[in-house]
Amino acid sequence: MDPVEFLSKLEKTTIMAVEFDGGVVMGADSRTTTGAYIANRVTDKLTPIHERIFCCRSGSAADTQAIADAVTYQLGFHSIELDEAPLVQTAASLFRDMCYRYREELMAGIIVAGWDPRRGGQVYTVPVGGMMTRQPVSVGGSGSSYIYGYVDSNYRPAMSKEECLKFTAEALTLAMERDGSSGGVVRLAVISEQGVERQVILGNQLPKFSTV
Amino acid sequence: RQRTRPQLLRAENTMLNTSTKTPTGGFSFENTRRNAVLEANLSEKGYSAPNARKTGTTIAGLIFKDGVILGADTRATDDMVVADKNCMKIHYIAPKIYCCGAGVAADAEVTTQMMSSNVELHSLSTGRPPLVAMVTRQLKQMLFRYQGHIGSSLIVGGVDVNGPQLYSVYPHGSYDKLPFLTMGSGAASAVSVFEDRYKPNMELEEAKQLVRDAITAGIFCDLGSGSNVDLCVITEKTVDYLRGYDQPVQKGLREGTYRYKPGTTAVLTKTVTPLTLDVVDESVQVMDTE
Repeated sequence: MDPVEFLSKLEKTTIMAVEFDGGVVMGADSRTTTGAYIANRVTDKLTPIHERIFCCRSGSAADTQAIADAVTYQLGFHSIELDEAPLVQTAASLFRDMCYRYREELMAGIIVAGWDPRRGGQVYTVPVGGMMTRQPVSVGGSGSSYIYGYVDSNYRPAMSKEECLKFTAEALTLAMERDGSSGGVVRLAVISEQGVERQVILGNQLPKFSTV
Repeated sequence: RQRTRPQLLRAENTMLNTSTKTPTGGFSFENTRRNAVLEANLSEKGYSAPNARKTGTTIAGLIFKDGVILGADTRATDDMVVADKNCMKIHYIAPKIYCCGAGVAADAEVTTQMMSSNVELHSLSTGRPPLVAMVTRQLKQMLFRYQGHIGSSLIVGGVDVNGPQLYSVYPHGSYDKLPFLTMGSGAASAVSVFEDRYKPNMELEEAKQLVRDAITAGIFCDLGSGSNVDLCVITEKTVDYLRGYDQPVQKGLREGTYRYKPGTTAVLTKTVTPLTLDVVDESVQVMDTE
């Protein structure tokens, strides 16, 4: 790996999004590292793209911030032309087009989630390489490897909003416990027809699991 | 200004055949192979190619009750030699926006100067005072375009219509917006002081003392930082550029002298040989003083 790239700021992270009937719940940790130094311990990785569409960013901080800015502009322009709220699938496609076209130069893993009037709450994942697929629940980042088992066994379709929030917070906490590149606070966002509600769960308020 | 050979050749090419060469922006990496060969040859003889001078710095910023305080040390290093004992690392961008620069000295200097000029033009074009977020956006878009080859890490701080704001921008083009920030080689030392004592809405004197202490921690605990502490206090009403606010390191006093009295060394023999010189040629050139 090119030594210059290694010292760039990375958000090797844990991100997650879950669909429920009426919206989506998104969550992320808050750690950004430069090598072994934590450059920002309260990062906000849940970035607004449009009024009811957010994205979770993982990978290179510079790449994902630049892509998110470009897609925000493109989607805003498209929405004005259409004179209606854009579809979540449109936002995900814009991310996919950019991530696939520049796949050799970029290191970006993005989860796009939101609510639109036509199809309700949706989660689309655009991992490194530029594939796009819709999933009811999606995890990403370096910490995701540790929670695939937990997510697969605990996810049930048709969970309520509160159950989704609890599920996301617990999954992220477990990942942050085990992954050195994830940590800090848990940031949550709920997107629905009513709008966006954001929460922060501080370190001492995270759910507790028994430690052996 | 001297143009190098590859640039001259390229100019000739575009004049002769108009179809083949498309103009490319950004850096030209044509000399990398030549430089690699030169470096290999030099290292055989035991020499090494010169490095770009990095500032090896401690810079910090924090938001207090009435505005923003930026702080920096004043040492510029060239590998292990101090190149400048009192350089200015807090650069002017706009009347209420200043920027501390770390990383490669030339890159930080030129980037901030470019930003200052862009901000002035943008401000004249919009008819409004500049926003700190606008400066940050232009900086990060430029640095991202150069994919990290411009090695400047910057802390941008200022007061605008949205209140006091503080952003850090990294060489690859990512940014963070935080209430307190440190960057440079002494960042770890300085941030520990902030993490211990920072509180939101501090008073002016307490905040100045805290920034001074953080930079001093960098000066003492980091080899790349040293000399004095510069502060810049920006509030809605005033800007106070305190150059040389504190000088924690005083130059030591020399204890003894190494001078000897005349006559200390005894003279054993003395030989005088006069040199006879003949005048060969004499010419007068009149200097044009008008």
